[in-house]
Amino acid sequence: MASGFLRILFAGMMLISGVFSARAEVVYHRGNDANPETLDQHKTSTIPEANILADLYEGLLVYDPAAKVSPGMAESWEMSSDGTVYTFHLRDAKWSNGDPVTAGDFVFSLRRIVDPATGAKYANILYPIKNAEAVNKGEMKPAELGVRALDDRTLEIALEQPTPYFLQLLTHQTGLPVHPASVEKYGSDFVRPENMVTNGAYTLTEFTPDDKVVLDKSPTYYDAANVRIDRVIYYPMEDRAACVRRFEAGEIDSCSELPTDQMATLREKFGDQVRTPPYLGTYYYAIRTDKPPFDDVRVRQALSLAIDRVYLAEEIWTDTMLPAYSLVPPGIANYGEPSYAAFKDEPMLDREDEAAALLKEAGFGPDKPLKVEISYNTSENHKNTAVAIADMWKAIGVETSLLNRDGASHYAYLRDKGDFDVARAGWIADYADAQNFLFLVQSDNPGFNYANYDNPDYDALMHKAAAEQDPEKRSAILHEAEAMFMRDVPYIPLMYYSSHSLVSPKLTGWVDNIQNKHLTRYMTKEE
Amino acid sequence: MSLSRLSGTAARRPVAGRSLTADAMRRLKANRAAMASLVFLIAMALVCAVGPHLTGHAYDEVYQSYVRVPASLTPYPREAQVGPEMEKALARARVDLGTVAVVNGTASVEVVSPRRPLDPRITRYVDRSDLFANARLTDMSPDGHVGRIVADVRQVRFLFGTDLAGRDLLTRTLMAGRISLTIGLLATLVAVLIGVTWGATAGYLGGAADAVMMRVVDVLYALPFVFFVILLVVFFGRNFVLVFLAVGAVEWLDMARIVRGQTLSLKRREFVEAAEAMGVAGGGILRRHIVPNLAGPVVVYMTLLVPKVILLESFLSFLGLGVQEPMTSWGVLIAEGARSIEAMPGLLLFPAAFLTSTLFALNFLGDGLRDALDPKER
Amino acid sequence: MLKYALTRLLAAIPTLFVIVTAAFFLIRIAPGGPFNLDRPLEAKVMENLNRIYHLDAPLWQQYLSYLGNLLRGDFGPSFVYRDFSVAELFAAGLPISVQLGGSALVLALLAGTALGTLAALHHNKAADLGAVTVATLGITIPPFVVAPLLSLVFGVWLGWLPAGGWGNGALVNKILPIVTLALPQVAVVTRLTRAAMIEALASHPVRTARAYGLRWWTVVVVHALRSAILPVVSYAGPAAAALMTGSIVVETIFGVPGVGRYFVQAALNRDYTLVMGTVVVIACFVILFNLVVDLIYALIDPRVRYG
Repeated sequence: MASGFLRILFAGMMLISGVFSARAEVVYHRGNDANPETLDQHKTSTIPEANILADLYEGLLVYDPAAKVSPGMAESWEMSSDGTVYTFHLRDAKWSNGDPVTAGDFVFSLRRIVDPATGAKYANILYPIKNAEAVNKGEMKPAELGVRALDDRTLEIALEQPTPYFLQLLTHQTGLPVHPASVEKYGSDFVRPENMVTNGAYTLTEFTPDDKVVLDKSPTYYDAANVRIDRVIYYPMEDRAACVRRFEAGEIDSCSELPTDQMATLREKFGDQVRTPPYLGTYYYAIRTDKPPFDDVRVRQALSLAIDRVYLAEEIWTDTMLPAYSLVPPGIANYGEPSYAAFKDEPMLDREDEAAALLKEAGFGPDKPLKVEISYNTSENHKNTAVAIADMWKAIGVETSLLNRDGASHYAYLRDKGDFDVARAGWIADYADAQNFLFLVQSDNPGFNYANYDNPDYDALMHKAAAEQDPEKRSAILHEAEAMFMRDVPYIPLMYYSSHSLVSPKLTGWVDNIQNKHLTRYMTKEE
Repeated sequence: MSLSRLSGTAARRPVAGRSLTADAMRRLKANRAAMASLVFLIAMALVCAVGPHLTGHAYDEVYQSYVRVPASLTPYPREAQVGPEMEKALARARVDLGTVAVVNGTASVEVVSPRRPLDPRITRYVDRSDLFANARLTDMSPDGHVGRIVADVRQVRFLFGTDLAGRDLLTRTLMAGRISLTIGLLATLVAVLIGVTWGATAGYLGGAADAVMMRVVDVLYALPFVFFVILLVVFFGRNFVLVFLAVGAVEWLDMARIVRGQTLSLKRREFVEAAEAMGVAGGGILRRHIVPNLAGPVVVYMTLLVPKVILLESFLSFLGLGVQEPMTSWGVLIAEGARSIEAMPGLLLFPAAFLTSTLFALNFLGDGLRDALDPKER
Repeated sequence: MLKYALTRLLAAIPTLFVIVTAAFFLIRIAPGGPFNLDRPLEAKVMENLNRIYHLDAPLWQQYLSYLGNLLRGDFGPSFVYRDFSVAELFAAGLPISVQLGGSALVLALLAGTALGTLAALHHNKAADLGAVTVATLGITIPPFVVAPLLSLVFGVWLGWLPAGGWGNGALVNKILPIVTLALPQVAVVTRLTRAAMIEALASHPVRTARAYGLRWWTVVVVHALRSAILPVVSYAGPAAAALMTGSIVVETIFGVPGVGRYFVQAALNRDYTLVMGTVVVIACFVILFNLVVDLIYALIDPRVRYG
């Protein structure tokens, strides 16, 4: 009885102190695209995971609010003159249990991710590091990886060959460090809230699958004084419309993805709380280049010519996408304007005439129409896009049928080179570099090259670019490769993605950027 | 009660014109709600069968100029739409425009091409628009830089408005009705046929046979339905008929359980025991006593099953395993409409009205049938 | 009775075995695998993953080792939720689903029998029509329409209840999901009760009871409802199993961390172990509730006897 009374009294005092304390705890309710499948930075593969991990951990380099690469755990770095060795000087930082962050931690982490026993889905992203590919394939031991600690605060990473986008690459979630002692002690259970030790602005307090992930501000973080939000709760929001409703009801401060078919209504209702900046991604149709009649480049060109991208972007996607005339979206600093298709500024009529002429040349006509099947994964907007494109192809005498499948079947089908004609796919860049788009159709990249595009000249250009150290020259070679891509049309680029977010006016510090990266530590929230 | 009824059945059998069916028909005809529902359902089936040919739109025709227009009795385009649409159509031609004038269903506008002479093909831009037809270039100046585009304004009606891709919703709703009604009826028939046979047999035989048969039901129950259908689709290719089979093949389980429960209870009743005592064979008892007595719950469950099947079909389509675009079904239309509920309630309301009214009619008909088939009221 | 129940439970073991075997092989025939994502994996990476999860072993070996693990109560790790084992996922989600589904079932049974009885007592009158209308609406409007509507009306417009979220299981967060789950069930129960009740009220025992001058209320509840409830009980068994294993629609729209989504998502993601987990859990629920139904049958209807 007495203890119960005391407890109530205590709770009351807590309540009062909470009300009267100088600053009440600031909680940010953050909508995330989906449930994170894992919080192990070496096993992760999805964007919602990247969002959470970027708050928990800090890599050598981080994104600033505008998504520019800036110093993270590494205060400074230098590159060897031949571009194959990077040396990083670490800042004085601590893990959330008080341990110092050392160069050895990064060595441990990089070895762990390329170790085949870890089963890292993104290990291949780090293949530019010396011996990484061999280690990941089990041909070398993890200790042979080209990474070493010169002392506790100096890290050296050797590369296979010069990799101009290497610093960009380190901002990816795969470059985040793990706390070696925890991993050794708990094994794969180090990701549990009670075990997890982090070096970022936040620590993990709770992870309930399909419900929420709760992060609390880390007092040991080196820049903790400037972290304004005390607690951030990530909610998985597979149902975009549900996120909007909860946002409207004031239960959630930001949504990371929106129902794009409802954009007009959302804009009307929420005004500039709707953010749709360009995003580093391209929405495209892949064509089987090794299957008649699609092995005829004229057929592929005709199909590409006849698509009115402006209509798709403006009407079907209600301005949540931008019309695309290249595989690489504009906005990559070291690449500049991509190599656009020749027909970019031609009027639609000329394009259609040209397309019809090409088809005729290829032997198709009213008595022998070209038949195309579009495969797409189930989604309202993919469907509407396919319907609209079928209608556009009708104008040049193409008979189109549609086929939709669930996501897993669709991608398995693409990967296993199923018997498709034209298939929908999309690509969001892992790092801001043109190579991360153009490598998709290299012939030695079977997993990604849905089109079975096999052009030795193209591959040669890509390899030449990889070896080129001079950024200007490299960019020129990549442009040449892209121009070749646009002529051969293994993929039909349709639209560049935009990111779609809903951001409450209470939240400041959310800066629109092409990477759609928004670290909680840069934000503040007024109650 | 049971004995008298039994003898009644036996006595009536030879008399023509008072068969069980005729009896039921007579009682059904007396039930006005049921008859009205029957008429409604037949009308709905006819409308869905014939309607898509009469609306003046193909169910898969995309009107790029009329994406998401609201339902309206008056024909499109609205007066205010013509000018901007003409400008939009000709914007691609890169010419300067005068003011668009609309007189007696004909739109005309002066066009000027400052740099090169007018390309006569630009009329195609105008014809391409859903608003105009028969566009021509007239009053050309001698140097070919100035002319006048004249085009007929096409009148189209979208009684239910258009969907997110710009297709006529009325036509699509009717087309969807064909699919949904067919799926609903066929799958339900499959389910009932299997379910009643299985359940009645199991319940009547009892003992080991019952145990084995119900274990089969349990096994099928627990298998993941989604996987079952994915597999069917993989093995046999995508086929509309398969959806019925899959759905019917799953939905008979409930039916079988209900029928078995009823049969278990029925076979302990006096009239069945009496028939057994009189030496009627098992098949005869099932046919003559058990199944007719099951008609009530079965019919009621059928009227519940049809909507369930129709909605299940939409779930399948959502997973990409059902009806393929541009074909559609009520379930699919409702799922799509639910997403746009705030912006365009019509997309939900029209298909929902069709589905709901059909299901109501099915219910009343079901009740009527139940009353009509009830052996106790004979 | 107890002996009967025990026999049935024993008989369930081979049933379970057949289910597990059938499901295991059926799943593997479906195209795609757990690592076919929209971002394709490097061939080597995929190989590493397959080795880690023993997916590179012959199928029969995988089957045997799965069976072996299952016997020890080990459902294996989830291929998609890589930080959790299947058992952990169910331990977290199942209680929530059972609670929501159970509440929805109770609500549906209470409301449904009440509405159904009301309709039957006023057969072919306005109250009947009203009850049937409500019931039909309940089954006509699918949950994926009802759930957003409820959330919009009560969460956003009126602001009485949370628009979504689980809120650590607070009562206010449960109301809308339970109602959404219950609505179609209310419809079915109402219609089943009504049909059976009309029949029961017209039957001899009830007429006789009324002739004996028993109170109207007693007649309705004790005699008519008791025999009218049989089809409802038949229905409620499978319905309970379905409700308590969760609903993907309700869970994704309201953000409830239940297990319903696993059933569909695991299948679509080809998360083999999680699919097997859902199959086993659902099978157990189905078997259990079917047994319960049969026992209740015996209790209510003395004509049904179990040796």
